[in-house]
Amino acid sequence: MADGKLQAGRDGRTLRFRLTGDWTLAHASALLARLGGLATAGLLRDHLRDGGEQHARLDTGNLNRLDTAGALLLARLHRQLEDQGFSVEWPEPRHEHRALVDYARGCGEAVTVWPRIDGGFAGFVRHLGWLTMFFAREARRFTSFIGEVTETAILTAFRPGQMRFTSMVHHMEETGLKALPIVGLLSFLIGMVMAYQGASQLQKFGAQLFVVDLIGISVLRELGVLLTSILIAGRSGSAFTAQIGTMKVNEEVAAMRTLGLDPVVVLVLPRMFALILTLPALTFFADIMGLAGGALMAWSTLGINPDLFFGRLHDAVGLRTFVVGIVKAPVFAALIALVGCYEGLRVKRDAESVGRLTTRSVVQSIFLVIVFDALFSIMFNFLGI
Amino acid sequence: MAENTLQDVVISVRGLVNRFDDNVIHQDLDLDVYRGEVIGVVGGSGTGKSVLLRTIIGLNHPVTGSIRLLGTDMINGSPEDLRAVRQRFGVLFQDGALFSSLTVAQNIQVPLKEFYDLPQDLLDEIVAAKLFMVGLSPDAGAKYPAELSGGMRKRAGLARALALDPEVVFFDEPTAGLDPIGAAAFDQLVRDLQRALGLTVFMVTHDLDSLHAICDRIAVLAEKKVLLTGPMDVMLKAQHPWLVEYFHGPRARAAAITATLDERM
Repeated sequence: MADGKLQAGRDGRTLRFRLTGDWTLAHASALLARLGGLATAGLLRDHLRDGGEQHARLDTGNLNRLDTAGALLLARLHRQLEDQGFSVEWPEPRHEHRALVDYARGCGEAVTVWPRIDGGFAGFVRHLGWLTMFFAREARRFTSFIGEVTETAILTAFRPGQMRFTSMVHHMEETGLKALPIVGLLSFLIGMVMAYQGASQLQKFGAQLFVVDLIGISVLRELGVLLTSILIAGRSGSAFTAQIGTMKVNEEVAAMRTLGLDPVVVLVLPRMFALILTLPALTFFADIMGLAGGALMAWSTLGINPDLFFGRLHDAVGLRTFVVGIVKAPVFAALIALVGCYEGLRVKRDAESVGRLTTRSVVQSIFLVIVFDALFSIMFNFLGI
Repeated sequence: MAENTLQDVVISVRGLVNRFDDNVIHQDLDLDVYRGEVIGVVGGSGTGKSVLLRTIIGLNHPVTGSIRLLGTDMINGSPEDLRAVRQRFGVLFQDGALFSSLTVAQNIQVPLKEFYDLPQDLLDEIVAAKLFMVGLSPDAGAKYPAELSGGMRKRAGLARALALDPEVVFFDEPTAGLDPIGAAAFDQLVRDLQRALGLTVFMVTHDLDSLHAICDRIAVLAEKKVLLTGPMDVMLKAQHPWLVEYFHGPRARAAAITATLDERM
């Protein structure tokens, strides 16, 4: 492959450019530098000073190979000369180069690659406004989705035949039964960690027995339900979004609508009710495992035997603590299911949005679970519970 | 250059065998494609048209056989040779296969940036030229693939396939999913670009209109090999039952009529 070359010279009173070699991508950088040099070299000025006419000739007859980049550079040279007021004579390019030259001269302005990004203060304000509008719109849409689901749920209550019980049982198995091992193991470990950390502090005051209060209240009231909800948000909320999202991509949801099936009835309600039923059960299981883990640790490090542990638990931590914890589970379940299904239904027809919305669904549901947990705390505080 | 010594054969497939588990797709398949021609590969569903395409471009490793593309051994070639030859052919996948996280213009620049170190303003100009070539308006460059219609995505995919000014372009069902007007326009675009740039085009297609309109030669895949190659009139005279049904069925007659009308006009 020969290097692309550009030679400039005088031919009588005409400025003559001889183009040889390969004008291709591989030589584009070198040719570009040559063209840049040409403009600043004062070549044109010298030519005029020496009595030349404002006339140039591009000789492309000996050009070997030409590609798009080369043709664009040729067009640039042509433009440069014309901008200097030269009339340019360009004998017909070789047959196989003609189309490329035409494309290069016809294409016009360069294309902006990046979607424009605003900088500075104005850009910040615009971005802030855009985000505000985005969240406001999202909140409105999500609220209206909750309304739609509630309405459909009430209507379905009057027509129980419409409820997809098979599907609901399937989702109970998927979100409940199959989550038992992971929920149990993690609660057990958290119970152990709490007992161990609490024990080492309480021992300083000789108040070892209060480790039972610590574990009982924290696990039953907060940790059991919160841990389970966060796990289920990551495990099942994401699954809901991915399942429904994939169905959106395949146009299954659209097909459903045309067959007269309401996606809320077929897809959302079974998942939501399944989760509302299973999350309290899972929370109950997590409570037991958490207490068991705590009891085991209390026994092995503090010598509080299980008899003493559960006796103390019975005295110090009433049924009320347990109820305050578990009553939150159905609410969290509804949140997780609603967010999961809502994001799933928002998937567009490209596969990329499935991934994006699945991530968002998990983040949003965990966020909402924690926010609602805080709201519950405030509410219980007011009620004096 | 090397391929000139091969008497203008740009793709040469010899004794190709492809097998997935026990399912034999190709058995001793031979095929030659010559420089500057448009070859259309047809065949029933499951005859391995796409597998053949993917094997030639090196995405699928065959059980045995030899494949030379632009003089490069695509099966046992060194990584450097394969990297070099990849700059000399382009592929348009069925739905464009544009990278969805990049704009159209960025998509076109991906191969340019991978292989060459060019200033941004020249890159932008190249993008403008490619968009112009495939008949897209310049403002399509800043759009994301998801914002384009199916036909525009194909054109954008073609622009990316042409980014490095390849000698050979592969198409996998280029007109699938386009309306007849869009399909005819795309056929015309492929034909125009092929003539203007002297491309060799390897096209897997089901579209009888495309076969009539732009293919110089047709290769029929059946019975695990290339049953027949030749221009349209050879296909029409063939006696093999599948060919008779394919090229003389009701759809084929309609396509033939349109093609003759086009020629008269």
